[in-house]
Amino acid sequence: MLDIEIDGKQVQVPPGGTIMDAARALGTYIPHFCYHKKLSIAANCRMCLVQVEKAPKPLPACATPVTNGMKVFTHSELAAAAQKGVMEFLLLNHPLDCPICDQGGECQLQDLAVGYGGTASRFREAKHVVLHKDVGPLISMQEMSRCIHCTRCVRFGQEIAGVMELGMANRSVHSEIQTFLGRSVDSELSGNMIDLCPVGALTSRPFRYSARSWELSRRKSVSPHDSLGTNLTVQVKNERVMRVLPRENEEINECWISDKDRFSYEALNSAERLSKPMIRVDGALREVEWNVALDYLAHALKDVARNHGAESIAALASPHSTAEELYLLQKVVRGLGSGNVDFRPRRSDFSSDGKRAGTPWLGMRIAEIGELDAALVVGSFLRKDHPLFAQRLRQLAKKGGKVSVVSVSGDDSLIDLHAQIAVAPRNLAGTLAGVVKAVALLRGAAVPAGLEEIEPGEQARAIAGSLAEAGKKAVFLGNVAEQVGQAGQLHALGAELARLTGASLGFIGEAANSVGGYVAGALPSAGGLDARRMFAQARKAYLLLGVEPEFDCANPQEAVAALRQADLVVAMTPFRNEAAMDYADVLLPLAAFTETSGTYVNTEGRVQGVGGVCRPRGDARPGWKVLRVLGNVLALPGFEYESSEAVRDEFIPAGASFVGNLDNGIDLPLAPVEGAAAVAEGLERIADVPIHFADALARRAPALQRTRDAAEPVARIHPLTFDRLALTAEARVKVKQGQGEVFLAVRADAGVPPGCVRVAAAHAATAALGEMFGPINVERA
Amino acid sequence: MAILGAINPILTVGWDGDAAWRLQDYVKRGGYKALARIFEDRISPDQLIGEIKKSGLRGRGGAGFPTGLKWSFMPKDFKDGKYIVCNTDEGEPGTFKDRDILRCNPHAVIEGMVIAAYAVGAARGYNYIHGEIWDMYKRFEEALDEARAAGFVGQDILGSGFDFELFAHHGYGAYICGEESALLESIEGKKGQPRFKPPFPASVGLYGKPTTINNTETFAAVPFVLNMGAEAYLEAGKPNNAGTKLFSVSGHVNRPGNYEIPLGTPFATLLEMAGGMRGGRKLKACIPGGSSAPVLPAEVIMDCTLDYDAISKAGSMLGSGAVIVMDETTCMVKALERLSYFYHEESCGQCTPCREGTGWLYGIVHRIEHGAGRPEDLDLLRGITANIMGRTVCALGDAASMPVQGFLKHFRDEFEYHVENGKCLVPPEVQRAGSTFFKATV
Repeated sequence: MLDIEIDGKQVQVPPGGTIMDAARALGTYIPHFCYHKKLSIAANCRMCLVQVEKAPKPLPACATPVTNGMKVFTHSELAAAAQKGVMEFLLLNHPLDCPICDQGGECQLQDLAVGYGGTASRFREAKHVVLHKDVGPLISMQEMSRCIHCTRCVRFGQEIAGVMELGMANRSVHSEIQTFLGRSVDSELSGNMIDLCPVGALTSRPFRYSARSWELSRRKSVSPHDSLGTNLTVQVKNERVMRVLPRENEEINECWISDKDRFSYEALNSAERLSKPMIRVDGALREVEWNVALDYLAHALKDVARNHGAESIAALASPHSTAEELYLLQKVVRGLGSGNVDFRPRRSDFSSDGKRAGTPWLGMRIAEIGELDAALVVGSFLRKDHPLFAQRLRQLAKKGGKVSVVSVSGDDSLIDLHAQIAVAPRNLAGTLAGVVKAVALLRGAAVPAGLEEIEPGEQARAIAGSLAEAGKKAVFLGNVAEQVGQAGQLHALGAELARLTGASLGFIGEAANSVGGYVAGALPSAGGLDARRMFAQARKAYLLLGVEPEFDCANPQEAVAALRQADLVVAMTPFRNEAAMDYADVLLPLAAFTETSGTYVNTEGRVQGVGGVCRPRGDARPGWKVLRVLGNVLALPGFEYESSEAVRDEFIPAGASFVGNLDNGIDLPLAPVEGAAAVAEGLERIADVPIHFADALARRAPALQRTRDAAEPVARIHPLTFDRLALTAEARVKVKQGQGEVFLAVRADAGVPPGCVRVAAAHAATAALGEMFGPINVERA
Repeated sequence: MAILGAINPILTVGWDGDAAWRLQDYVKRGGYKALARIFEDRISPDQLIGEIKKSGLRGRGGAGFPTGLKWSFMPKDFKDGKYIVCNTDEGEPGTFKDRDILRCNPHAVIEGMVIAAYAVGAARGYNYIHGEIWDMYKRFEEALDEARAAGFVGQDILGSGFDFELFAHHGYGAYICGEESALLESIEGKKGQPRFKPPFPASVGLYGKPTTINNTETFAAVPFVLNMGAEAYLEAGKPNNAGTKLFSVSGHVNRPGNYEIPLGTPFATLLEMAGGMRGGRKLKACIPGGSSAPVLPAEVIMDCTLDYDAISKAGSMLGSGAVIVMDETTCMVKALERLSYFYHEESCGQCTPCREGTGWLYGIVHRIEHGAGRPEDLDLLRGITANIMGRTVCALGDAASMPVQGFLKHFRDEFEYHVENGKCLVPPEVQRAGSTFFKATV
């Protein structure tokens, strides 16, 4: 440790740190703009100049390494003169349009100008003007004259997002932050640049000019989207969510959030919100009061149970629901005498049900990802499924960790990968088996039974090599690995790989409550029907909680057909949607995540409770209250809850920070894997869930829907298969699955494995199709 | 003829004829002998660095840092590849010596770089040549081909077992790329912007590896230092100012061009060699070391000898040896305006004081020159330079400030006259009389 002194205060700091680090440890504030703790040091703003004993010139605190015995003065005459000089320079060409600037009130330049700026400017020349730029629907770069060239946005792209979409072009005062000519900023993490910008140059395009920062109340929340449990600050004005910002939590999201987390709030205020309960009377939906709707519903459910048996009732929930909603839904269904309840609509293989040792989870804390020496991700559209999880792996790879991916596409993860394999979904298990076998061979262990025929390829051996080395390692199963038909086998193979290498096995998890749903027990009872079979074996009554089967199910075709034939379909949802208006008999308006209290259990098993941050829109009500009253109306026992906390306490011990019984063990024998010779006939579909279509909220956020990530799905086919089918990029193709067919644009894409067609799910343009990972037919239209 | 005059020349001997740059000619003049002797006599890198230190050779790019000392900063135990880089990004207004070295004697640079590479243990080298001298770049490439073919560069040089690969790299003409760390960024394919130092290139340089960067003239001098011996080289100049140096004389003299003279030669002698003042006019001022060096008035510079110490004592810098001579027809406000414009345009834009300050300086001087100056402007100019100097990432901020300070120090009356009267102290007809440009066009 080094002893140094800052403004007369002694502090001990480890060698290798900078004056800025030491000052932060001491709680001494040194003014700065370009410095950011998560970004590389640029030392270009010069605002942090301080005096150092024996140094002839003031030195930048952010870039000057500490030495033993160093004496630093942050407020001395020399330091203050330097800081004030820099502030004067910064303000020369800054427009000082604070009264009309969106950043006003939360602007680092404005704040520091109060302390370090003059009352009047000595600058009498004309100010430099920088023209506006259009970089897409999320970030506004309309007032680039405000830019102070700190390059935080540039460094964010290079270092955190993994792609340099902004750069500083030109020299001198002509320097401008811009994209490559004609390009937009498309990173799924781009919104963080708005937070990083210390001035009003990069502002939020959806939020612009809608409120001043001091009018907003800041309330804590948690993202309902992916499984990370990202901490949010939701800003509210007049009971309306105006903006969402990251809430720093080093253990989860650090100081970042994904664009989906940031901009999906627009859907909360959308015209598509369902504001009153509706019931179908004589074929038409009619708005009714809550008591009428619930009475009607209770009677209808009882009728179905009486006439067709309780097992003809099924319930499906979205894994984005709160844990309380999931718990009460299963409690209502079981109270009615049915075991048909599930919260995993995109899953198609349930062979691991009943074989798991505990609740499937990440297998480690999120923050531990950075400590890994090697990681293998199996079956994931990593960047789009889990933007911040991918970011952690990106940083891991940057500092030398060996990150590999085995998946169904060659998408660029913007991670410096150790190895990457893209195979058809049907070969995913075989490929992972290859890695398992290669590890066994490397380790001199017995080759697990069933894998004799496998011949590991070069990349598989490279992955095995990285996992066989000593150190901390992990195998992560992504969304695809849970959605494909061999999900159970992938789980078993992952467990075997973990056993052989000492790696930890984990599920990244698809949604905010992918772990919470297991904890809440929103799973089929023994003999009950799972998310798949409740549609394959059509029921008479369906309860849908926050789920939109035409977008959210593994086989939307089958699901919608089952819903159409049912006597009673109840959609509990914050939104009206076209399909539900067609098949639903009862629509109940639910409060969105900002309007209800509830709990999310993230992928590491962390329990995060949220309170409602504003009143529900219209007559919408929190899901837990709706289900609680439904229980009462049905006269079911045990529905006397006074609060969502009382509900939670029934399945998560009060005060628990993490849920118990997290265990990825599995008791499923490895199935024999066929050799490479087994090539299926026909084409196989690969369905990604585009990032901004993954849940009901994101689907309705206008700005997100204008991004490149939300572009209309295109059928993407490997060039060889493309040529074999004699397709041309100009003509659209007819894509068929089962009874459904859609017409799509088509493109050859070497990232798609041969024999496969990549057609996104969860989109209106492809909702008529069937199995996400199943046979598909493509022909010239 | 690239050299117009010399006193006791070392570097420029034999720079006659169109073929002087060829390998054959260079070898005839004793070229590559120093390199061969190092291998024959098994001179160790440490001995070599000691010899260069003893010679007192100082960097010819502007800062005058002792070359041997710089070489000794390179970590000896570093095994993962070190680099030698030659800075031929000669962009300082007034400087045009390196261009002629590449034109007339590229092999001296190559030999110097190979010797330096051997001394510091580098396996690769680059010569960064600025974009405007394309012909010199091509010539250097040709010379490199000759040297490679003759076994002076490449694998197992002269059978010694020492490998060194050398490449030419041309820039696109940004002044800032002459700053050594910006030059490294540029070679790496990035935007030419100076790096924050420390770490210095000797520890973290090109591609993050230890790197020695020297000026073209410095490398060119190395073989001669070794051939004539450190002591003889030292004695060719004067103490602390060893050897000879190329001076690029420009401005109002009869024979502008490059001259090689021993350091310590009186300015008056150089002026005489350059044919004296054009039209017999009176010397008004001189910038002795390239445009970033503070200007010196006639009476000061006429008493100076041209060496690091004397010029520094007089309040300026020897810099790269670019002597810009101005006669009595020169308006000093206009001269400073032109210089300030240069630094304003060439600031890389990275750090605040330089990006904003250089433009402000230019704006004010421009205003004064065009009759819109204010009485407080002169103090403001001084204040701005004080806020720039020492607070930037690299020395460009200082380079932009020093001329302003120099002009204001010695010619404040002209600036005041401008502010008060809105016009030049030197009448326009006098300015025009001293201008070949106006004579040619009017």
